[in-house]
Amino acid sequence: MTIKEKAVFVFAEQVDGQITPVSFELIGKARELAEKLDSQVVALLPGFKVTNLTQELIVHGAQAVVIADHLDLEHYRTEPFTQVISQIIEQYQPEIVLFGATSIGRDLAPRVAARIHTGLTADCTALEIEEETDRLLMTRPAFGGNLLATIVCPEHRPAMATVRPGVMIKRTPEEKATAEVIPFEGSITENQMYTTIQDVLKKGSSKHDIQDARIIVAGGRGMRSREGFALLQDLADVLGGEVGGSRAAVEAGLQDKSKQVGQTGKTVRPVLYIACGISGAIQHLAGMEESDFIIAINSDTTAPIFNVADVGIVGDAFKIVPKLTEAIRSERENR
Amino acid sequence: MKIIVCVKQVPDTTEVRIDPVKGTLIREGVPSIMNPDDKAGLEAALRLKDEQGAHVSVICMGPRQADTVLREALAMGADAAYLISDSAFSGADTWATSCTLAAAITKLNYDLIITGRQAIDGDTAQVGPEIAEHLGIPHISYCEDLNVEGSEVVVKRQFEDRYQILRAKMPALITALGEMNVPRYMTPGGIFEAYREKQIILWTRLDIPVADGDIGLKGSPTRVTKTFPKQMKQPGIKIETGVEESVQFAMDKLKEKYLL
Amino acid sequence: MDFNLSKEHQMAQQLFRDFAHNEVAPWAEETDEFHRFPWEAVRKMQSCGLMGIPFAKSVGGQGCDTLTYILAVEEISKVCATTGVILSAHTSLATDAINIYGTEQQKEQFLRPLAEGRKLGSFALTEPEAGTDAAGQQSKAVLDGDEWVLNGTKIFITNAEVADTYIVFAMTDKAQGTRGISAFIIEKATPGFSFGPAEKKMGIRGSSTCELIFENCHIPKGNLLGREGKGFGIAMSTLDGGRIGIAAQALGIAEGALERTIQYVKERKQFNSPIAKYQNTQFVLAQMKTDVEATRWLVYNAALKKDSGKAFSTEAAMAKLKASEVAAEVTRECVQLHGGYGFIQGFQVERMMRDAKITEIYEGTSEVMKMVISGNLLK
Repeated sequence: MTIKEKAVFVFAEQVDGQITPVSFELIGKARELAEKLDSQVVALLPGFKVTNLTQELIVHGAQAVVIADHLDLEHYRTEPFTQVISQIIEQYQPEIVLFGATSIGRDLAPRVAARIHTGLTADCTALEIEEETDRLLMTRPAFGGNLLATIVCPEHRPAMATVRPGVMIKRTPEEKATAEVIPFEGSITENQMYTTIQDVLKKGSSKHDIQDARIIVAGGRGMRSREGFALLQDLADVLGGEVGGSRAAVEAGLQDKSKQVGQTGKTVRPVLYIACGISGAIQHLAGMEESDFIIAINSDTTAPIFNVADVGIVGDAFKIVPKLTEAIRSERENR
Repeated sequence: MKIIVCVKQVPDTTEVRIDPVKGTLIREGVPSIMNPDDKAGLEAALRLKDEQGAHVSVICMGPRQADTVLREALAMGADAAYLISDSAFSGADTWATSCTLAAAITKLNYDLIITGRQAIDGDTAQVGPEIAEHLGIPHISYCEDLNVEGSEVVVKRQFEDRYQILRAKMPALITALGEMNVPRYMTPGGIFEAYREKQIILWTRLDIPVADGDIGLKGSPTRVTKTFPKQMKQPGIKIETGVEESVQFAMDKLKEKYLL
Repeated sequence: MDFNLSKEHQMAQQLFRDFAHNEVAPWAEETDEFHRFPWEAVRKMQSCGLMGIPFAKSVGGQGCDTLTYILAVEEISKVCATTGVILSAHTSLATDAINIYGTEQQKEQFLRPLAEGRKLGSFALTEPEAGTDAAGQQSKAVLDGDEWVLNGTKIFITNAEVADTYIVFAMTDKAQGTRGISAFIIEKATPGFSFGPAEKKMGIRGSSTCELIFENCHIPKGNLLGREGKGFGIAMSTLDGGRIGIAAQALGIAEGALERTIQYVKERKQFNSPIAKYQNTQFVLAQMKTDVEATRWLVYNAALKKDSGKAFSTEAAMAKLKASEVAAEVTRECVQLHGGYGFIQGFQVERMMRDAKITEIYEGTSEVMKMVISGNLLK
């Protein structure tokens, strides 16, 4: 099979045999871009014993998968992955290559971009094809999230981008989809740039990733204490959601870093976001303002969070949250 | 052991405000600081100096006034400082920046290069890994803890849900996370020495062995076509009333949106 | 003449500002409320080189100058006057006395640990019967073989219970009057040296202020500081330097109060406007700002004069006189601009007003400052 020209490649990140959700989001977006370019979406899957993952990629919209299955690719390391991706790009000459802006993507993409000498744009929140020129327009936050910038890669190809997780939308899975799986034809050579993995330590925190949560109840410094956050947990439980925190709350030790929402934490776009005792600094808004429905509870009527809240309640969260939890609980019980 | 630390002078973007009327960035009066991730990297290098007698050089690419962050680094205890400054380098994207820095670094001896993970103005996290690629050395990013054992660096590398303990043979490059340590203060004596006794070596275009096609705006594969402030989301309804009424209002809205 | 701080002074000022914000300010209210010595801040100052700023590197100091040290006292006093005086008494009085008058051996033994931040210093001149009339020393030191034996009491001594090294003045030859006073270096835990109870004060409440009690306290002969009978001159000239420190403390107190008040008047609304919009507020702020700036240059000038090697006691006295008056006036007006909130503990300006008062009194009252200034004027 020949891969069409001007193809859009998506790096399929997988960890421990699980494809990272951002990969599906990117395939979703890549399909839109590929359509405009009259081309196709190809997923790149480096790993070890990962052939069973190709179908998932296809079901989520990949129109071809290039798979590199090799022992050196069992756990992510920069050099072997860079060799594989660079060689695939050299062989197939895509127009665009997308990576999730994860701690893997943001490590791998720059190394690849430098190896093949092309432009790379980091942490994009919007991607579009420019009408007349077919160029990729990559929009990303800059200046600490205070500005947006649109970047192009005029001459070098492929145009590469890392894309913020939780922003693009994955496609509805098509269980019956089929596509070609192409084996990697290059070679992987151990060299002086190889690193050695001495140990892997899992972090202790919960399996519940707030980026997957449909409903998030988040607390800021205004929630003051573990007791305050316990009230938020109750509300989250009764709603079936997750608890998150602002950077101030994380820095005060009230919430784990994995639950931090904001520019330097995670970007979330849940269906419902309830912000309690959060002032709404720009860095925080950057992480949650795309939520479908935002309720803010804060005793300070001038708090900037009210500028993005669909419903703003000026009041004491310590009083309102428990009562709200109670009201929801009895509403559910009475159904 | 010889360590090179790359530092950048950046505006303190946590202090930046948006003009409420025009929706534009207010840049005046924003103080310039040493990029926080870089400062943590410098602290890590200085700890290796304290423990093992390493020699620490700091290097900065920027306008002439970026010499302030180099003085700060010297005042914290760095041994040597280099400022790479020339209008030919301006407008560089991460490719051109990394080419320029890598070329400058080839003039020095090193076992370890430390950069910050990302700068708070560009936020790309690309320059460190790209420098390593140009120099043909291994890199480890997202470093939360750094040790040197013989000829290897041992790094606690942060991922979203785990850590890896990674080893690389030096010469190597690591990118430092701001949370890696609490950087030391400068000492008053260090500041005086930095200004009165130490020299910052200035390198201009002619001092850097790099191709014209790889520097500045012309050497940048990516271009910014426009910048704009974020679209302010329109505020919804705000109420300030009693607890019971507030709860009832929220319940009504949740039901309205089928969120319950 | 350039009224701008040099780049190194600017960077040092920024360092002190950051340090004060991160390491000193968090303890300020607790220090005042519980009359608690701010150990956390002081230990950090010690480990960061802030306790030896103007002393040569050869004796364990930072190798900077008086102006740099004054900037530190100023920035720290903006957030906590207690911590400001701890630094000032240690540096200007105790450590500088040894720096100027000590023998090489004394500098190595006593000055180095003080300048390196390993030990804290204190200066003990004042007695129950000898305040402004400092020459009226009742404490006596008698030479007995290889040792001096000291008897007497000192009161209102800053850093009393926390210091390690004390400069103590005593009469060694009553017949000689002021020329019969000598200075001694005394270390804590010397037998015969004890403390009275801690004073509860109107302001700078966290500063350790106690009586020092000497009862047949034996001190090695080598601990005589400077020549016998020269103690009064040593005390007076050391105090000249100390006054610049206190002037910086007062300047800092005034600036700290003013900064908080400017923020407050922008936020506080009455009659539908922030009170910053009203002319009374504006005019009062303008006056305070002008007084603070005038004070600043008097204080910095005194510091520069000291380092120039020229006589500086008039400049130091003028700086302290002005700064302490401005601190009193500014803090009072700042409380007033806060209205009722100015009287309440959480808003800090009430503490600053209480802290300001002592600057008109210690290390030479404002009246003494006027004596010094007019004395030099009318020579």
